[in-house]
Amino acid sequence: MTPILEVEGLAKSFSGVPALIDGRFRLEAGSVHALCGGNGAGKSTFLKIIMGLHERDAGTIRRNGQEVDFSSPSGALRNGIAIVEQELSPVPAMSVAENVYMGREPLRSFGRIDFATLNRKTQDLLDGYGFAIRATDLMMDLTIAQTQLVEIAKALSYDAEVIILDEPTSALGEAEAEHLFDAIATLKAKGKGLIYVSHRLSEVFSIADHYTVFRDGKFVQDGAIGDIDKDQLIQLIVGRPLSEEFIKENTPGDQVVMRVHGLAAQRGVRDLSFQLHQGEILGFYGLMGSGRTEVLERLFGLSSETEGRIEIGGVEARIICPKDAIAAGLAFVTEDRKQTGLVLSGSVRDNLCLSNLGKLSLGGWMQGKREAISAARMIDVLKIKTAGDALEVEHLSGGNQQKVVLGKWFMTEPKILLLDEPTRGVDVGAKREIYRVMSDFARAGGAVIMVSAETDEILGMADRVIVLRDGLKAGELTRDALSAEELLRLAA
Amino acid sequence: MTTTTQNIGQILQRYGIFIALAVMCLTLAVISENFLSTRNILNVLRQTSINGILAIGMTFVILTRGIDLSVGSVVAFAGLVATSLATTATTGMVGNGPYPALLAIAAGLSVGMACGAVSGVIVSRFHVPAFVATLGMLSAARGLALIYSGGRPIPSLTEEFRWIGTGSVWGIPVPIFLLIGTFAVAHFVLTQTRFGRHIYAVGGNPHAAKVSGLPVRGIRFSVYVIAGALAGLAGMILAARTGSALPQAGIAYELDAIAAVVIGGTSLAGGVGRVTGTLIGALLIGVMNNGLDLMGVESYYQQVIKGVLIVAAVMLDQSKNKQD
Repeated sequence: MTPILEVEGLAKSFSGVPALIDGRFRLEAGSVHALCGGNGAGKSTFLKIIMGLHERDAGTIRRNGQEVDFSSPSGALRNGIAIVEQELSPVPAMSVAENVYMGREPLRSFGRIDFATLNRKTQDLLDGYGFAIRATDLMMDLTIAQTQLVEIAKALSYDAEVIILDEPTSALGEAEAEHLFDAIATLKAKGKGLIYVSHRLSEVFSIADHYTVFRDGKFVQDGAIGDIDKDQLIQLIVGRPLSEEFIKENTPGDQVVMRVHGLAAQRGVRDLSFQLHQGEILGFYGLMGSGRTEVLERLFGLSSETEGRIEIGGVEARIICPKDAIAAGLAFVTEDRKQTGLVLSGSVRDNLCLSNLGKLSLGGWMQGKREAISAARMIDVLKIKTAGDALEVEHLSGGNQQKVVLGKWFMTEPKILLLDEPTRGVDVGAKREIYRVMSDFARAGGAVIMVSAETDEILGMADRVIVLRDGLKAGELTRDALSAEELLRLAA
Repeated sequence: MTTTTQNIGQILQRYGIFIALAVMCLTLAVISENFLSTRNILNVLRQTSINGILAIGMTFVILTRGIDLSVGSVVAFAGLVATSLATTATTGMVGNGPYPALLAIAAGLSVGMACGAVSGVIVSRFHVPAFVATLGMLSAARGLALIYSGGRPIPSLTEEFRWIGTGSVWGIPVPIFLLIGTFAVAHFVLTQTRFGRHIYAVGGNPHAAKVSGLPVRGIRFSVYVIAGALAGLAGMILAARTGSALPQAGIAYELDAIAAVVIGGTSLAGGVGRVTGTLIGALLIGVMNNGLDLMGVESYYQQVIKGVLIVAAVMLDQSKNKQD
């Protein structure tokens, strides 16, 4: 049988730096094919060339045996190839329906858009996949998870034969992801071919039929998913054997570093009380909309809610803005590093020093040498892979960007680290290093609050977990009572 | 924020500009008895028509994250080319003029569209920032206007041509009809048609628009052509009203047009805004100028007050997204 998509020898360089050297791929109809590789393996470049977003330097792409060359995404879409991109890209001031059917709006006489049909079609589409979103809502009013669901619905709406899903679950909770997997199973049964990219290997093993691994821009190996196990796949991806996925060497102490009583936060979080101990990693788990992120925002002074009492080191802390929080020894690594964590066009050094300008300057004058020394120390401690401290952060891989965010906060010498989805969109190798950083921080006497939607991550790293449901504490589990089933039971 | 204050905030934000215009009109009606006279109202509307038409074209451009600084120069250039076909004076005449007014108008619109097309190609195809590309056009079109006319005005326009500036139907001046017509078409295009929604998409998120298969380049290009065509129309109305076309006409008109768009709530960051707001913004500027005239305020002060108004309008707009 001719594959519905066949790619050979695809190559692309950006200003002389090769991003993809030899991309190969064979997609059969009615199958899910996982494309695996670390950050910088060339997956994104590969997908962008197929989608007509980049021009290729070399290689061939055949669609049902016919050679094709798209100069724009509209060509790819016409040829039955649709994509859910890793970077969510909504038009914020437009409605869900307008985003989904952009460029394909149903028309009435005089070229008018038929808004009634547009909204109905979109609502049917969303309902059909079990996505709880209204077609008439504006994109800017949606959460990241909902935005991701809309982008997925959009790709599915093209009725394409080849559907590319690049990290489609990175913002989704388990329940939402299940809806997606159901949709994928339906599409597969209809004979569509899906290219699935995910750093969550458990997903790859549960839904994919085939795998292809890229490393350093080159094709490494492909095969049936039944012929390989998780460890072997990880080894192919990172190019060396990995001992453990998680690193956890901290032990929580008895001393309470933070005591929270009767806290309220946005999205209906109320009456939340908990304690955080020295050397502890406290997990917050919950589905989309449970208020898990909002708790961290409240603790860091980013919320208009002020109810509740926060004690840090036995003293009441009044935190109404981030400055208060930083002064109290808190640091907050946000969920969306590109939007709220980094100045992407700034250098590694400038980003690292951003939260600590006061100590690195003298009467308003920046002390270049002090900056350089501090930055160099962080690059070394966190093993940030960069060509130099003057390189713009946007050129780093996702994992290294995340380390820059961490480094920025470590410079303020925090006592408590608030982490929101610390390994979102980060590859297996870099994930491990971020876990090491967390573990070391806790072992050295710090305390960590980690929000994560990834059950594996919570199970692997947390000493204790608070499960939120609709803004309320649904339960608290200690490490010996932790299990995926118990987490889901409390959260759903 | 509680729901009630949110609602009030939303109402203020959505209708703030209407409220401001209403308050200003009421105040002027109380202060000056002449303000509400039919004659004065028609006068305000007629004076607003040129800036209003320019501002509507500017809205299209700004919605795509662009800007068109050249419209004032295009006003002069298009006005001169059109009038050169519709003058009885031998100095400015082209060929065996005067030609029918429709031909002259077609020529004026074509010149405006051509200037817009050049800016549009430079912005969309060669990725030159709109500010720079249209700054170039601002200078070039002014130069072309001076070259074309030899630096002299073109007087003695045909009555037929002057009708678009001085004529009236049912007692209402033609420029007002042209403004209303332009507004109606623009409003329809932006809210009801695919092309209109694509303009919002390109301004709101160009990458998303591209990935959705929209012809982003074509859309970017076409908004400059629209702005150029409307600048041409405005230039002809101006010439027809005053009876002659001047090479130095329209200087700094782009600033009033941008002011009307911004006061009307359209975001310079693109993707957000309505042409209704622009129309009200232009009216607000027109009513304010008129009111200050009626009150006998010197024109120097008027400029200061206009400056305050522009900034205040945007501050009001910003207060809704004070999330940082």
